[in-house]
Amino acid sequence: MDKEWDIILTNKTSLFNIDLGEIWRYRDLLAMYVKRDIVTFYKQTILGPLWFVIQPLFTTIMFMFVFGGIAGISTDGIPQAVFYLAGLVCWNYFQDCLSKCSDTFNANQAIFGKVYFPRLVVPLSIVISNLIKMAIQFVLFLAVYIYYFASGIDFRINATICIVPLLIVMLGGLGLGFGMIISSMTTKYRDLRFLITFGVQLWMYATPVIYPLSVMKETYPKYIWVLVANPLTAILETFKYAFTGVGEFNWFYLSYSIVFTIVILLLGIVIFNRVQRNFMDVI
Amino acid sequence: MSNTVIEFNNVGKQYILGTIGTGTLSQDLNRWWANIRGKEDPYLKIGETNDRTQKGNSRFVWALRDINFKVEQGDVVGIIGKNGAGKSTLLKILSRVTSPTTGDVKIKGRIASLLEVGTGFHPEMTGRENIFMNGSIMGMTKAEIKSKFDEIVDFAGVAKYVDTPVKRYSSGMMVRLGFAIAAHLEPEILVVDEVLAVGDAEFQKKAIGKMKDVSRGEGRTVLFVSHNMAAVRGLCTSGIMLKNGMIDFAGSIPDTLNHYLNEGIDSQEECIIENIKRTKNSLSISNIEINGTTKAFSTIRNGQRSLKITIEGETTEDMTYDIMVIFKNKDGIPFATYAKGHYEGDINHLHIGPFSITKTIELPKILSRGLISVDLFIHHPMVEYYLQAPNCCTLDSEGYQAGYGTAMNQETNGFIGLEDL
Repeated sequence: MDKEWDIILTNKTSLFNIDLGEIWRYRDLLAMYVKRDIVTFYKQTILGPLWFVIQPLFTTIMFMFVFGGIAGISTDGIPQAVFYLAGLVCWNYFQDCLSKCSDTFNANQAIFGKVYFPRLVVPLSIVISNLIKMAIQFVLFLAVYIYYFASGIDFRINATICIVPLLIVMLGGLGLGFGMIISSMTTKYRDLRFLITFGVQLWMYATPVIYPLSVMKETYPKYIWVLVANPLTAILETFKYAFTGVGEFNWFYLSYSIVFTIVILLLGIVIFNRVQRNFMDVI
Repeated sequence: MSNTVIEFNNVGKQYILGTIGTGTLSQDLNRWWANIRGKEDPYLKIGETNDRTQKGNSRFVWALRDINFKVEQGDVVGIIGKNGAGKSTLLKILSRVTSPTTGDVKIKGRIASLLEVGTGFHPEMTGRENIFMNGSIMGMTKAEIKSKFDEIVDFAGVAKYVDTPVKRYSSGMMVRLGFAIAAHLEPEILVVDEVLAVGDAEFQKKAIGKMKDVSRGEGRTVLFVSHNMAAVRGLCTSGIMLKNGMIDFAGSIPDTLNHYLNEGIDSQEECIIENIKRTKNSLSISNIEINGTTKAFSTIRNGQRSLKITIEGETTEDMTYDIMVIFKNKDGIPFATYAKGHYEGDINHLHIGPFSITKTIELPKILSRGLISVDLFIHHPMVEYYLQAPNCCTLDSEGYQAGYGTAMNQETNGFIGLEDL
């Protein structure tokens, strides 16, 4: 109503009062945050950004021994390295987004308590900086993929590869959405912080990272609904299918995941936006 | 059209006392249920005023209540008040860290706050990277920072360290850098909270000068919270005094400061007369005033040259007496005594019946800043004490200061300053 005022601070705001223009004005800050996340990661290290690659590489080798070798879980005929690495690159991106975003308020309370800027910048920057990290890991995946391709393995690469960017956006969106919801809740109820640490681990086993969906279907057809309900299942299966032609690609499952992602993302933004105004009083 | 840039309308802020834990979930559900039905928040009761010293029976406390004021463009407003008066809460609302529970605040223009400089510095990043980071946190664009970069580094005096991680900086360097960034961004409204406490005298002067430039030269608005009365007096044009979360006084800066300093006296419950340790049986004291008050705490103003002492009472025998006053520092070390009976043999006489003694002590011109503890005695020198009241009251000396000078400090400079012949 009062046009002459730039900012009006009250206790009442509508649910969807999200000032996207403001975030755009703070785009330089977003860039700075992304840069900070990347740069400070390898300050005072010798190997620097190589650490981004070492972690999934060694995890993959470990998986090959434990799950592929000892447990003998099938990888649907795909070379184990490619299979595990594909799963890990995707899963790591989601997990990093989720766990870092869910700590937003807690980790930044000092700065949030002093100055105002759109709080959404922080989780957004986490998603973007992790995307860069993921890109580096993706290059590793491609290198391994090309190595096996050159050594004569017949990957049935197909047109689904076009939606891989969409899959990555969905992973980030899910991590961001869930992360913001958890972050908002933990300001008041710290219980969720304990849940998240082991909850994420359990979640990985309920996602086809170390096993293909087909194996689960044969072994536990009764519990397959758990995997189907998991929005990550379709994303990971589609990702593997796009590169190797093996796995399950199903438009119905994928649409479910897309809708799920959008809902979680909106819900997360709304809750986050509500909590950010007063979280300093309760954290 | 008026040039009001900040307007507070009935602003209140409520906090919950005690810990948050069990029970919060049920309260939240109650609140939510009331909200759904369009009812008032059941926990937003009209609480008591916010007096820390008294135990309330509500779990909720109003850190701020019914705050109404306006700030015009170019004003430099000093916000003063005792600890816990709500100063920082007010600034927190203004700088959008938290939102008000009731009422609203309207703001015109961009706000930058220096609630604590150096926040947002990442220890691993270099000074250069942090200038960009901190600047953008405060809402500057990259291009703006780039154009001011040299000026900022120069003002902070850290040119040599600009490519060193800030974790290697001294705390003073960090504060200077933080202040330099904030002072060089160009907000219409600058909010400053006690940042000048750190940094050496030279930098403090520079910072206050910069803030003066910002408000006078560039017509921007500054809100300044400080316990440093000299800084407030020197910098601000108007003042707001908060007490127990409410506005106690608002007006020009000298009026506000006077009100604040007198407030200190009134709120001091203790009377001098309660601090009498021993009187002779024949003597009864009805009233003691030192420095114009019966309270055990008063202020010696800048330039005050006399200290009046009045003692009223009744005696049942004739007395040969003298008044002795000893000034001590807070560690109990005496540094001045008024006792004419001792050094001049000047003795007075009192007859049976009521009496009123008044003495006016001349104070030295150049007093230092600090607290003075006063011992008061009525005695017959070398014979006996009629009244003993050690540490009966405390005088807060503002310190003598004139022109561009600053008051000396009792701890470092002693009680008085020396003058030219």
